[in-house]
Amino acid sequence: MHPAPSIIFFTVFSGLGFGMLAFLGLGKPDVSGFTAFIFFAIAYALAVGGLISSTFHLGNPQRALKAFSQWRTSWLSREGCLAVATLIVMGLYAIGVIFFNTRIGLLGLLGAILCVCTVLGTSMIYTQIKTVPRWHHWTTPLVFLSYALTGGAFLTGQVQVAAAGLVTIGVLQILAWVIGDKRFAGSGSTIESATGLGTIGKTRMFEAPHSAKNYLMKEMVHVVGRKHARNLRIIGLVLLSLLPWALLMFFPFSHLLALVAILAHIAGALTTRWLFFAEAEHTVGLYYGQRG
Amino acid sequence: MTTLPAQTEKKLGLVIDLDTCVGCHACVVSCKGWNTENYGAALSDQNAYGKDPSGTFLNRVHSYEVQPETGAAQTIHFPKSCLHCEDAPCVTVCPTGASYKRVEDGIVLVNESDCIGCGLCAWACPYGARELDQAEGVMKKCTLCVDRIYNENLPEEDRQPACVRTCPAGARHFGDLGDETSDVSQLVKERGGFDLMPEQGTKPVNKYLPPRPKDEQIDILAPLLEPVAAEPTGFLGWLDKTLEKL
Ligand code: SF4
Ligand code: SF4
Repeated sequence: MHPAPSIIFFTVFSGLGFGMLAFLGLGKPDVSGFTAFIFFAIAYALAVGGLISSTFHLGNPQRALKAFSQWRTSWLSREGCLAVATLIVMGLYAIGVIFFNTRIGLLGLLGAILCVCTVLGTSMIYTQIKTVPRWHHWTTPLVFLSYALTGGAFLTGQVQVAAAGLVTIGVLQILAWVIGDKRFAGSGSTIESATGLGTIGKTRMFEAPHSAKNYLMKEMVHVVGRKHARNLRIIGLVLLSLLPWALLMFFPFSHLLALVAILAHIAGALTTRWLFFAEAEHTVGLYYGQRG
Repeated sequence: MTTLPAQTEKKLGLVIDLDTCVGCHACVVSCKGWNTENYGAALSDQNAYGKDPSGTFLNRVHSYEVQPETGAAQTIHFPKSCLHCEDAPCVTVCPTGASYKRVEDGIVLVNESDCIGCGLCAWACPYGARELDQAEGVMKKCTLCVDRIYNENLPEEDRQPACVRTCPAGARHFGDLGDETSDVSQLVKERGGFDLMPEQGTKPVNKYLPPRPKDEQIDILAPLLEPVAAEPTGFLGWLDKTLEKL
């Protein structure tokens, strides 16, 4: 799939924002007044910024409000509704914390649960897509959730949780890659099943239907070199998990160090999220002789 | 509404004969011609006269080479457009309700004034049957020429999809695949029509007819062209030998 920057930013930053809000909702850290304001401002900037970024890839963003209507069947619609509900609940909670120095625990808890649901909603947009077998698997929601919660713990200064999260993220990400690499072959879709010509014999593309790349090929038949992908996986994993974990565990805590660790973590998340899209194989590639 | 109807009154669709298609792309051109000036936004082109021309098409013809276990390879031309699936995943993913499947005839359509151009439906389709128009930012797909098939302003013989009407080889057939007695259903039954990627669970309405087996003996003149004598004799034999000695 085409790794569109708007979608990479959307998934990574809105995930971080909602992850942060989840911890703030649980009263971690237990702040109030201006300090609380700063925390909430960062979380909202990330969450809302991510959501706005997602509209950049729309053909007709002026109609975006219509996307809240089909929550009965569409995960994209559900995600939108959940995101707005979360932002409203957490906004009310934030007003209490910032201006009235009162923490309404139940409201915060509800907000935190909604945060988790929103992130899961985001992940389901991809998990539901059966035509991309790599995404259509339980590892996808787990990976998205672990990214959001680890990043959220990090940004709210929950060092212990963040350290544990960084290890979890690393393990889950490797698992998702190992399983994901076999998913397309395991899906049973081949050029023979796509064309129905397998009953005659081995099929290959003889001539493409068009001379230059079209929308389908740009959007869904993105191919990354194997070596290139392997290198990026290693770089991504080191930045995402290994380096920040080592910085948190083996060095005395300082704000500068934490900042470096967070930036590395985010750079790693952007890299692996790029791979999440770029490495995802869509069945339409079969018609173009681009799979296996 | 992006909830799929439990059942549709008719199942209008196409039957495409892979034995007959000659790969002329006439259906591609007539489809673009009709659909760019009728229902919905025009089908735009980008860089049409430049180095990388591209554009929106609702129907495309691929060509494949199939190698049987024995014998020569076969070339098969393969037209592909929306299959108007019964279990259309493209409809249920749509966040706006722009994509829908009609209860009366099963045609899958996009209401362009509701479409935000998110592209998710194109991802959900296994077959690559949906293309986002780059000029209009809305999703385009085969409408089964919904503005022809019921159009009483057209002569009766024209009330079928443009591709079917145009195909010079008669490789495309249109009808109700939900009605067992219809011509198209009979054709599918007789010729062993099949679904594309049945494992994706989309239950496509459109069916494909397999190429018929090729004749074993292709060249009836071949036996007459065999060399009369393996080794030259007489004057030619003498010439051969002499030349070899030199
Ligand atoms: S062929 Fe693709 S676009 Fe058409 S109904 Fe099926 S899934 Fe939807
Ligand atoms: S591109 Fe349009 S029709 Fe397709 S899912 Fe998005 S809003 Fe629906």
